[in-house]
Amino acid sequence: MSQNTAVKEQKAKPVSRKDMTKAQWTWKEMKKHKAGYFMVAPFFILFFVFTVVPVFLSMILSFTSFNLLEMPKVVWLDNYVRLFLDDDIFLTAVQNTLIFAVFTGPISYLLSLFVAWFINELSPRMRAFVTLIFYAPSISGAMYSIFGILFSSDRYGYVNAFLIEYNFIDEPIQFFQNASYVMPLCILVALWTSLGVTFLSFIAGLQTVDASLYEAGAIDGIRNRWQELWYITLPTMKEQLMFGAVMSITGSFGFGGIVTALAGFPSVDYCAWTIMHHLEDYGGQRFEVGYSSAIATILFIMMITSNMLIKKLLSKVGQ
Amino acid sequence: MPRKLRVRKHRVVLNRSAGGDAGITVMLIILGALMFLPMYYSIITSLKPLDELWLFPPRFYVENPTLKNYGDLFRLMSTSWVPFSRYIFNTVLITVAGTFGNLCLGSLAAYALSKIPFPGKKTMFQMIVLSLMFVSTITGIANFITFSALGLVDNLMAIILPACCSTLGLYLMKQFMDSSVSNEALESARLDGASEFRVFWSIAMPMVKPAWLTLIVYSFQGLWNTGASIYIHSEQLKTFNYAISQILSAGIIRAGASTAAMVIMMIVPVTVFIITQSNIIETMSSSGMKD
Repeated sequence: MSQNTAVKEQKAKPVSRKDMTKAQWTWKEMKKHKAGYFMVAPFFILFFVFTVVPVFLSMILSFTSFNLLEMPKVVWLDNYVRLFLDDDIFLTAVQNTLIFAVFTGPISYLLSLFVAWFINELSPRMRAFVTLIFYAPSISGAMYSIFGILFSSDRYGYVNAFLIEYNFIDEPIQFFQNASYVMPLCILVALWTSLGVTFLSFIAGLQTVDASLYEAGAIDGIRNRWQELWYITLPTMKEQLMFGAVMSITGSFGFGGIVTALAGFPSVDYCAWTIMHHLEDYGGQRFEVGYSSAIATILFIMMITSNMLIKKLLSKVGQ
Repeated sequence: MPRKLRVRKHRVVLNRSAGGDAGITVMLIILGALMFLPMYYSIITSLKPLDELWLFPPRFYVENPTLKNYGDLFRLMSTSWVPFSRYIFNTVLITVAGTFGNLCLGSLAAYALSKIPFPGKKTMFQMIVLSLMFVSTITGIANFITFSALGLVDNLMAIILPACCSTLGLYLMKQFMDSSVSNEALESARLDGASEFRVFWSIAMPMVKPAWLTLIVYSFQGLWNTGASIYIHSEQLKTFNYAISQILSAGIIRAGASTAAMVIMMIVPVTVFIITQSNIIETMSSSGMKD
């Protein structure tokens, strides 16, 4: 598109791009399209103030000791040293965050893909209905708290009642007080709420695959739907797969709220304590700004790195 | 649409096995049931009268449905020292103002990033994509400092302003404009002397209705669920979701009122999604991310 306008520009004026230095050309383009800058300005000013600057500010503050009242004091790597060497709870948090991400990220991604694929051939009306059933948990606010009632530790919790009724157990299980149950249950609930934007994106992606490609594939010897998925569908919707991966990974790191609602703050023996909780604890409650900035920076690096790795991996699909 | 369907039927004959169809149907039913039952159980529980709430073993159906739990919920809420209507007002104010701001700023920026070839727009869009890769919790502490400096701590603007520059809606709208607004239409309007803003408003915007509906829905869902925030201390500035979460934290003791609260919180976003579903899916068809 920019080439089109460039061509027109060349016709309109005798001066061509070749006669100018790169800086001159850029400056000319900037003046010509100044409306563009006015249009992005309101959004980007806020975006810089509330997203870009804070990311860098956290990185800078992570090298200081700061309590919001006195001036920040530069302590270089002390916060990081303290996090990794003196803070056992932080190491637990890193471990739990990774477990969470490794389970919820890929599983919710694959679940989104396969459910979207399963319902792709239903009639539009039926597809809309099934989409609603699978998507609703992700937008239904605090509905996941129902798991607190279903898995309640007394006999009135549905799961305990069921297990007692059929003599699997005699005493109700303390689901959210027992460290060996908390993580699996939280992952389960997180998965329940995880069919979100990724899922919708895959449904749409599958719908846009050109039907004639399938016909051609059938003629070229595609035998079954698995081959069709692998050789035609997935390569065609690669860009959707990429977008879905980004949304799933980001989501898989952000499940702190569900754990707090179900297992409490903090959870028993910090068994489901994640980096998000550590951040909330030191940032939102103790106001150790420098220390919590270090936590935020580590979480930031973890998320960006895993996104980049997956991006690399996905770019190999169909190659 | 009907033509596409015929093609599909033909394809089924070509390479679909009956066993595969059956397997997929069974899988879908099992997964669907797992997704739906917790929802269903909350709705049913919210309709149970007291004696059925405490039945052992608990039931997956209700014999004498009643709305008493909803009445209890509102009675519980009216006993809080801030009038309950205040929580609702706060949530509605945040949601409307934030969504409106996000729509105005986001669609202007999306148009410019998609259709005006100004230098630097690639870098700007890459920043937007990068911002989709981390959760906003990371910026919370730094934003707290910014808000203190601006005097916006304990002010609803601290919730509304960051919501105005939320990036998912902008991303989706920009991608949708790339694929469904033709440059020819815009170019001919420009040749007729229309200003860039005029082209945006009267030509591009009407063509991307699904995208702005999607932006509205996502912004709305995020803001509607705003709960406790580190920027807000005063009770009279807290949100509906916060008030509800206080009731939920009582757990199974208030199972009736809690489930009623969950159902009320759920109904609004789910209804909005039902109405806008086809538009959202249409927008998502161009959501793909190029590397």
